[in-house]
Amino acid sequence: MIIARKKPIEEILSDIAPYDRILILGCNECVTVCEAGGKKEVEVLASALSLYHLNRRDKKTFGEMTLERQCDREYLEEIRPVQDDWDAVLSLACGVGVQFTAETFPKLPLLPGVDTICLGANEDRGLWTERCQACGSCVLAKTAGICPVSRCAKRLLNGPCGGSANGKCELGADTNCAWQLIVDRLKALDRMADYETVAPIKDWSTDRAGGPRTVTREGIQI
Amino acid sequence: MTENPAPGTPEPRIVAFCCKYCAYAAADLAGSMRLSYPADLKIIQVPCTGRIDVIHMLKALEEGADGVMLAGCLEGECHFLAGNLKAKARVGQVKKILTEIKMDPGRVEMFNLSSAMGARFAEIATEMAERIRGLGPSPVPKKPKKAAAA
Repeated sequence: MIIARKKPIEEILSDIAPYDRILILGCNECVTVCEAGGKKEVEVLASALSLYHLNRRDKKTFGEMTLERQCDREYLEEIRPVQDDWDAVLSLACGVGVQFTAETFPKLPLLPGVDTICLGANEDRGLWTERCQACGSCVLAKTAGICPVSRCAKRLLNGPCGGSANGKCELGADTNCAWQLIVDRLKALDRMADYETVAPIKDWSTDRAGGPRTVTREGIQI
Repeated sequence: MTENPAPGTPEPRIVAFCCKYCAYAAADLAGSMRLSYPADLKIIQVPCTGRIDVIHMLKALEEGADGVMLAGCLEGECHFLAGNLKAKARVGQVKKILTEIKMDPGRVEMFNLSSAMGARFAEIATEMAERIRGLGPSPVPKKPKKAAAA
């Protein structure tokens, strides 16, 4: 899923300063699971911002709404009947949701309430870690299911580098060496022969290097 | 902390979320023991302090409470194993939010006690009431008190 992190309230306060009526818009998908922008976070942020402005006798009003998804026009249409009630929308969705909402409502100012971080997994309560960089051509079949693109700082396809020590990356003790993980898993799977095969130069045109990407599936288009 | 207390009622309003297995029983015991504690506390019985989320504490403040306290079981003795530890973490979150919105984080606090600690309940009630009096009324405009149901 997409992992996001709540923006500091101070930053949000500065962003919303020019507006009086602000709709805080949550998303029921990824940001709900990573506890950054779901219904609960919408409630808490609305309450915190209301408290701040009540304390200053500012006449700002905050609305709360959480859509099933903000990356789908079908659900964004739910805002249309109320769009004139608000001066701006503070979206707690990922960058995709914020942009798609902005595209759907061209005259409604859109502000982001979270920082979108990565594609990751819920490793533990309150801990999310990166697992994929959406490079557009998956190499996991060759690397025992461990991604060197997202988990190796150097994105090495033939690793490890000289910075790997005791299973850790030279970045620090908190970061596992992806290639150590790959080798350990290849050994466990009795597939060390795969490690001897040199990976060819990766086609990075499917990554961001090729510009914004599009997926078209004609079979399901109407 | 910079706050601008509005001229309001001198009597602080403290919302006390009390676990039915410990603090609520301790408050009861304090009463049976004829111990006096400040009348500023509005006690709300909850099945476990783990039920209290960040939003409940913020809403209490938003509605005009001058302080919010959670009173749960002693650590390691929660009837639901870890409800009081979750509550402790959430009180920490609220303190962080209050700091971010320039309110004193001392307006919320977590306390731990057992049902046998009637005297301790009176003590924490006094401690919290004194702290809130020291901080002054919440800068949030007060809403009129609701009349008691006939």
